[in-house]
Amino acid sequence: MSLTLLLLLALGLGLAGWLAARARAWTFRRESADGRLPSLPTYHAWYVALWIVLPMAAFIALWSAIAPGLVTQQVLASPAAAELPEFGFQRQTMLNEARAVAAGASQAVFNPQAAALVEPYRDALAHYNVIGIVVALLIAFAGGTFAFLRLKPDFAARTRVERIVMAILLGASLVAILTTIGIFASLVFETVRFFGMVSPLDFLFGTHWGPDPMANAANPDGSRYGAIPLFWGTLFIGAIIAMVVAIPLGLMSAIYLTQYANPTLRKWIKPALEILAGVPTVVYGYFAALTIAPAIRDIALSLGANNPSSESALAAGLVMGVMIIPFVSSMADDSIAAVPQAMRDGSLAMGATKSETIRRVLVPAALPGIVAGIMLAVSRAIGETMIVVMAASTAANLSANPLEAMTTVTVQIVAMLTGEGSFDHPATLSAFALGFVLFLVTLGLNFVALRVVKRYREAYD
Amino acid sequence: MTVVHSNLENVEAKMSARDVSVFYGDKKAIDEVSIDIPTEYVTAFIGPSGCGKSTFLRTLNRMNDTIPSARVEGAIELDGQDIYRSGMDVVQLRARVGMVFQKPNPFPKSIYENIAYGPKIHGLAEGKDELDAIVEKSLKRAGLWEEVKDRLQDSGTALSGGQQQRLCIARAIAVDPEVILMDEPCSALDPIATAKIEELIAELNGRYAIVIVTHSMQQAARVSQRTAFFHLGKMVEYGRTSDIFTNPLEQRTQDYITGRYG
Amino acid sequence: MTERIAPTRTPAFEARLKKRYAAERRFRALGLGAILFSVAVLVFLLGTMVLNGIGGFQRVELEIPIDLSEAGIAADPAAMQQTGAVQALEAQGLRDVVQFYAQQELGEEAASELGGQAWRDVAAAIIADPSILHEKATFSLPASADLASGYEGEGSPEMQALAQRLYAEGRIAKNFDPGFLSRSDATNPQQVGIWGALKGSMLTMLVTLLLAFPIGVLAALYLEEYAPKNRWTDMIELSINNLAAVPSIIFGLLGLAVFLTLFPNLRSAPVIGGMTLALMTMPVIVIAGRNAIKAVPPSIRDGALAVGASPVQVVFHHVLPLALPGILTGTIIGMARALGETAPLLMIGMRAFVATPPDGFTSPATVLPMQIFLWSDEIDRGFVERTSAAIIVLLLFLLVMNGLAIYLRNKFEKTW
Repeated sequence: MSLTLLLLLALGLGLAGWLAARARAWTFRRESADGRLPSLPTYHAWYVALWIVLPMAAFIALWSAIAPGLVTQQVLASPAAAELPEFGFQRQTMLNEARAVAAGASQAVFNPQAAALVEPYRDALAHYNVIGIVVALLIAFAGGTFAFLRLKPDFAARTRVERIVMAILLGASLVAILTTIGIFASLVFETVRFFGMVSPLDFLFGTHWGPDPMANAANPDGSRYGAIPLFWGTLFIGAIIAMVVAIPLGLMSAIYLTQYANPTLRKWIKPALEILAGVPTVVYGYFAALTIAPAIRDIALSLGANNPSSESALAAGLVMGVMIIPFVSSMADDSIAAVPQAMRDGSLAMGATKSETIRRVLVPAALPGIVAGIMLAVSRAIGETMIVVMAASTAANLSANPLEAMTTVTVQIVAMLTGEGSFDHPATLSAFALGFVLFLVTLGLNFVALRVVKRYREAYD
Repeated sequence: MTVVHSNLENVEAKMSARDVSVFYGDKKAIDEVSIDIPTEYVTAFIGPSGCGKSTFLRTLNRMNDTIPSARVEGAIELDGQDIYRSGMDVVQLRARVGMVFQKPNPFPKSIYENIAYGPKIHGLAEGKDELDAIVEKSLKRAGLWEEVKDRLQDSGTALSGGQQQRLCIARAIAVDPEVILMDEPCSALDPIATAKIEELIAELNGRYAIVIVTHSMQQAARVSQRTAFFHLGKMVEYGRTSDIFTNPLEQRTQDYITGRYG
Repeated sequence: MTERIAPTRTPAFEARLKKRYAAERRFRALGLGAILFSVAVLVFLLGTMVLNGIGGFQRVELEIPIDLSEAGIAADPAAMQQTGAVQALEAQGLRDVVQFYAQQELGEEAASELGGQAWRDVAAAIIADPSILHEKATFSLPASADLASGYEGEGSPEMQALAQRLYAEGRIAKNFDPGFLSRSDATNPQQVGIWGALKGSMLTMLVTLLLAFPIGVLAALYLEEYAPKNRWTDMIELSINNLAAVPSIIFGLLGLAVFLTLFPNLRSAPVIGGMTLALMTMPVIVIAGRNAIKAVPPSIRDGALAVGASPVQVVFHHVLPLALPGILTGTIIGMARALGETAPLLMIGMRAFVATPPDGFTSPATVLPMQIFLWSDEIDRGFVERTSAAIIVLLLFLLVMNGLAIYLRNKFEKTW
């Protein structure tokens, strides 16, 4: 039985319990002295319903995770499985094919050997399906009965239900911690495995990047895993070129919008900037690859450059810069608006022009906030993937020439994980190591930026 | 109709206002005020909260321009020239008519940089030595030099409230204005700092035309020689400070001074 | 009183003043220029996409009159409604019939440039209306990719010449192609469609919404209303703020390492993609939710408490309804961002070639931005138009979603 049906079954049983409990609570009310109960009948109903649905849902979630494993185990124990190849791609494919046919997802297998596995799979699936449903129903009935038997006229149903609700709320909040731990743990785990194969020094300080996914995994060549060109490419495209575009344009846009623009202009420009921020990065990437990169190459050629690349760092960096303009603009906007009016008035009252006031008083006063905004923008830029995947190249290059092709950390993460390599190969694991570095750097930038904003805000209160 | 005491000497007006009205949108905040501001005397504007004295003060250096819905009618002249005429340069006007605000607003820069700001943007000093001289002179005139001369690089916001206000006065003086407008300069300060500022005003009197808005009648009596009483956007009475307080001609003035409202 | 010339009235001052005003004008112009540049880039970007994309909603088709009454194809109307109808027609030789008429009308050369799947369009027409089997009709059938290139003025000279000849005869045209919205991915730009990707996107978004919205709202409620001020709460808040700033590709790595290890046979299924995106969208909803809940004034809570409502009742009966518009706005914006995300889905394998629309949440699928990404790699010029057209569709969806969010924000913006 599919997952959706099981969940619907849970809800249905919950509803049944709900109605039953409410009916019982109504009888309590009729029997009580003053026609009132400490808790409304609805709460009795919810109490029972929750005791049915929650345990059942938890079991269903658990079961859907472990059941496939159990099914496969049973199939492997069957005689037909003895014919399978020992390990590897072939074996997995045949298992998958047989499973697909047994589950009704496909019509026939390609591999004749896999055909023999279909029956065992059918049996195993049916077997474990039945087990799953039976256990789920048992849990539901156990929970429902337990809860129902506790219903009494003076039962503090509302308090209980509210406690359960609070637990659910807390649980929802803990998902955030769990996710963070999950990210951290998975990255650390794989990174440690990687550093078991390639030395951290080679990785962090090596200047040659050229992993070979087909090479022997047992003896990786550490000198091919030098990530410096990647770090450099990321910085050059995201922190330098993109910022050269985004900072002046973003800052001046914010200044003009807050200090000079009339309300009509502001009404039209703000949505325009929001649209700029809402365009998906894959569209920016396509635009960069289709229009900007060839244009840059043509311009460079006509200006006499020597063999400019059509995957230049400049193309990716420019488009990334434009994407970040709204980001910088809005942070600068907030920072400048936070400067007390008295400061602006003080400067104007001395006979300063508006631009002098902005340049000499407002921007310096708003500087911590602006700098924090820039740091957040850099963090966004170096974590950006699609624009660089589509417009920059996969060639690791340690050069200061923006017209050359370069690669970044994010491009390599994608490249290393979408190839043919197996999960134990250092090339694949290097992606996690790169991801870990990226995670730490962006986290660090964000942390510092938020601290700066916090301290700066205190200075004005 | 403003009641002007008749026993006033005829002195040359540095600034004069004629039938000035100020509107915020459709709301009339100031109703046809006319007054002369001489250099010799400190002029005080008194009146209950919300009567418009600060609004009127801000018309004298066109700070109302920064409020989009504000509109000024009538004529205000500085040395005989209408400051609202189209050819008038606001930047130059504000260098000639300085302002000190109610809450001290030093820039988040060093003490030195705060004072040097005005002369720098107006190009009043050639070279660092002249700038240093201006800074020292302004701080001395504001009575702050002795206290800060050894820490000119400290931040202006690190000073006490009273010192900050004197810093703002020194900052206003640094561009060598002709008029100084003060909008309740002591209302955020303690009595000792207030006393120091009032001393300062007495010293500055005569060199600059000073207009001070104050909600303290005692302060007006202490520092000014001429007083104008505002009420509900109109200037009700104008005369010698001593006369206004001992012998007011208008009932409303009398009521305000004796504390009937206020 | 000594008469002194104020330094602010000297001619030197006036001259300097002129320079300062010039600087002011330049500065202001720079600001305006910055804004106009940004807007210009936006217009240029959208304009390029639209110009390229209009062609993407069309395709090059050959006009072929076919006399089905002579073709000898029999079709029982009842049988036509069942699956396998297309195979049945194929078994009767429909393909050869179409080829025959193509040769007859257009000549040998052109007929070989008829799209390989073109006969399916005729089959679809027959299934829709079996009565045409007794008639003669002209069908607009897709040309091959090579011929389509030739029509656009690219590709081999022979194709270009052939296209010109056919054009002169009125046999070839570029027509509106509604099939673009109902077909799925293919290798031939003439045959591609975005429905597969659209359905995949919708399924994935549904999973994301069902997971991220409840968790996000409940977490926001907890943090704003009930969380005690202790280290645990600080850690939760820190985690959420950090998660909101983590690059999206990291979530892909998490999905790869955790979800795919747990459910290895669900690679590239909407369920996995949805779960990964849900983790990414949840912090956005939490932050938006917290702001919306913060905006509800304490007076409302006090009033409810004063009537004897329990804290849970205060939140669910009073605060949540008032905060709901703000929460919905934030959710829509978060979902719009998730709709356009590609990087995390790259990691979990949704970059495969998927030729049929997904059947359910657990079938292999792709999403619209991923489809755009996959097509962008294609060399065939025909794909440029299709990619741009897909981009237009994606942007339209985002426009609608953001417009809805703005509408909600404006309609329910209450000033307390």
